[in-house]
Formats: sequence, C-alpha cells, structure tokens
Amino acid sequence: MLPYDFDYYLPKTVGEGVRLFQQLEREGKNPVYYSGGTEIITLGRLNLVETNAVIDIKAIGECKELTIKDQRLIVGSALSLTAIEEENVFPLLSKAASGVADHTARNKITVGGNICGQIFYREAVLPFLLTDSHAVIAGKSGLRQAPIHQLFNQKLKLQKGEFLVQLHTDRRFLTMPYVCVKRRQQWDTGYPLITVAVIKTENETRIAISGLCPFPFRAFEMEKAIQQGGPLGDRIQEGLRHVPQPVLDDVEGSSGYRMFVLEQMLQDMLRELEGNHP
Amino acid sequence: MISARLTVNDEEREVAFRPSDTLLFVLREKLGLTGAKPGCLNGDCGACTVNVNGTAMKSCLMLGVEGVNQTILTIEGLKDSPIQHAFIEHFAFQCGYCTPGFIMNINSLLKKHPNADDSTIKEFLSSNICRCTGYQEIEKAVKSLLKINREDKAGLQNDE
Repeated sequence: MLPYDFDYYLPKTVGEGVRLFQQLEREGKNPVYYSGGTEIITLGRLNLVETNAVIDIKAIGECKELTIKDQRLIVGSALSLTAIEEENVFPLLSKAASGVADHTARNKITVGGNICGQIFYREAVLPFLLTDSHAVIAGKSGLRQAPIHQLFNQKLKLQKGEFLVQLHTDRRFLTMPYVCVKRRQQWDTGYPLITVAVIKTENETRIAISGLCPFPFRAFEMEKAIQQGGPLGDRIQEGLRHVPQPVLDDVEGSSGYRMFVLEQMLQDMLRELEGNHP
Repeated sequence: MISARLTVNDEEREVAFRPSDTLLFVLREKLGLTGAKPGCLNGDCGACTVNVNGTAMKSCLMLGVEGVNQTILTIEGLKDSPIQHAFIEHFAFQCGYCTPGFIMNINSLLKKHPNADDSTIKEFLSSNICRCTGYQEIEKAVKSLLKINREDKAGLQNDE
C-alpha cells in the first residue's frame, strides 16, 4: 500500500499528456509520467518517490507501437517487456529484455520504464546503444528525435515535462549476429551481476554493458581496443583498461570479482561471435 | 477517493478507492477477495498474482485504477479448475501461502502455452517463490496437465 495519495490521469494523446504535465506542474502537484509503474509503486511504498499526480502513458497509441516503417523498427515506450519478447522482431532486444526481473513482472515493466528507471541495471537500453538507435521524445514544443548516444549518458537525459515516446532502430541491425549474456552470482534467479550485449556489424564488434558500473554504457573505448590485432586475450586485457569508473563494489559482487567475470564473459562471447581465436 | 467499476471474476463491482491503492489492496480490503496474498509487496514473491486479461500480473505492482476496463481473475474465480486438482493430486503445497499466486500464474501459462516446454515452465514458475520449497511437486502438477493436453491432442488427431 502506498503511504500517500496521488491523482491518476490517463491521456489518450501525446499532446494531452504533455499539457497535463504542464498544468499539474503549475498546480504544484509534482507530476510524474507512469508507464509500467512498477518502480513508482515499489519506491513509492518506501517514500523514495513522491508525487501528487501520475500521468499514465499506456493509452497513448504511439507509445504502444511495435512496427517496421520506412526501414526502421519502431518500439513504443509503453510496451511491456514480455510483449516485445513474444513479438521477437528484434531478437537482441528480446534477449536483453528477458533478463529483466521475472516473467510476471515483465508483463508489467515496460521498455521505456526500464530505460528511464532509477535502478541502475536498465538492461533494455543496451540493444539501442549498440544499434545507434534514435529516441523520440515528447515535450512542450512537440516531438523531437535525437540519437540515443546524445540523450543517454549514464541515464536518459530528459528535460522536465518530457517523456520517451518511441525508439527507432535501423532495420539492418535486427538480423545482425549478436550475443547477450546475463550473469548472476547465484542460481538463475538471483540479482544480476553483469549483463553484456555484443553485436557484430559489417565492420566492427560493438559492446554494451550493464551491472558493471552504476549505469549501463556503450563501451566505445573498449571496442576500439578489442578491434586491434593480436590474440583475443591480449585485446580483451587492453579493452578492460578502458572500463569507465566506478566499478560497482557491493554485496552482489566486489569490483575485482565483477572485472574477473567480465573478462571471462568477453572471452566466451567474442569467441562465439568472431569464431575461433588463438 | 474515486469510484470505479472493476470486472472481477465475471462480476462487475462498483468500488471506491484511492488512485494510489494497489490492485492487491483493492481486491483484499475493498472487495473482500483475500485469495491474492500480500507477501513481499515488492514484486518479488508472486504470492499476489492474479490474471488480467488472461495475463499473470503481480497485483502489488499494479494500481487498482489500472484495472478499470480490464478483466480480472483471482483465485476465487477459478473454481474446480484442472490446475487446482493437479495441486491436490501432487501435494503441490505445504503451508499454502504461495499457492494462489502459483496457481494463477500457471493458469495463465496453460492458457497461453498449452504445450509449454521445460524452459517455458521454468521461465513462468521462476516468478513465484515457495518458502516451503515445494517446487518439485509444483512442477509435477504443471507437467501432469501438459501431459493430459498432449494426450488429448494426440487423441483428437487419431479420431480425425
């Protein structure tokens, strides 16, 4: 049970949602956009999220789109993770999504909610970082579209009153070879330790990581190092020198253990993706 | 407070609640349907699982107001179902606290995947926790129904 009250709004259009936010903000209601709402409910229960108004974006058509148009995959931000898994138009995204929480929770957690959440794993962003996707953002000046790399730096940088409407991904990425692995310290259901997603494009191998640092990231520097010639083990060692800081050090795993696990994961995943290496 | 109409177990119920009330709270405290159990209240244990439009949902992770215009099924609405019988037959519960959540999750599993393979079963069942650790019996109960589904399907094909 949430220890405080809020008003609930269910706009049908992007414009209505944005206008509601402005109006509620003027009224001092500290509104928040609500998609799956799982984090608002669980953190709200602990008084870690407080609001007097939630604006549920699930009735906005654009936020529920899942289609291919003009050679781009369009993923609505309010689609549940299991809906994305079941449709499986973007297998790398399905795989990354399937590692979040558990199956029943993923019936409620949405892709946009996961990407915009406070919890630091936010694995659903990894496929979009690997594929140079674009995000469609709604705000008081209407819709704007920007590369995910411009908007996502440790977290999705939105202006007050903006919300994520869609993610657009070039269709050619949908069928590229990939490996996505989630490692947990214990069993198949424990809290995540590290998730690594790797995709092989026409001319490079791209890497994105969640659970290593307190934010998910595309490992551009690591990719460059790993692209160089030489034995795989040496290239990975060089790549590990470019891991951003800080590396997480918590009850799920010390920073040293996380780096060890990452090294082993990269060995296995790159071997699988690139073929046999010395 | 708002007043809203919820469709629960094939009945339309007019109910007054706060928009910030979870569906679990509305079901238990406003409608007297105490089959969905409060466990972790954090989306981890699955004891509060119900079906919304046939999909398993943790009712502690859903607002009551999100249930408007949806079809909600709780354990009370699931009368005499094969999975309930299978749980009895295979002793798939001990203290019973997690049982309604498991059954509602499995009910959704069987509807969506009547021929579920082992990995799908594992995928669904790992959403629920049984502190008595009766997992093997629960798995046996699920598999007994899948076996019946397969045999029924084979029987139908033979009849054709």
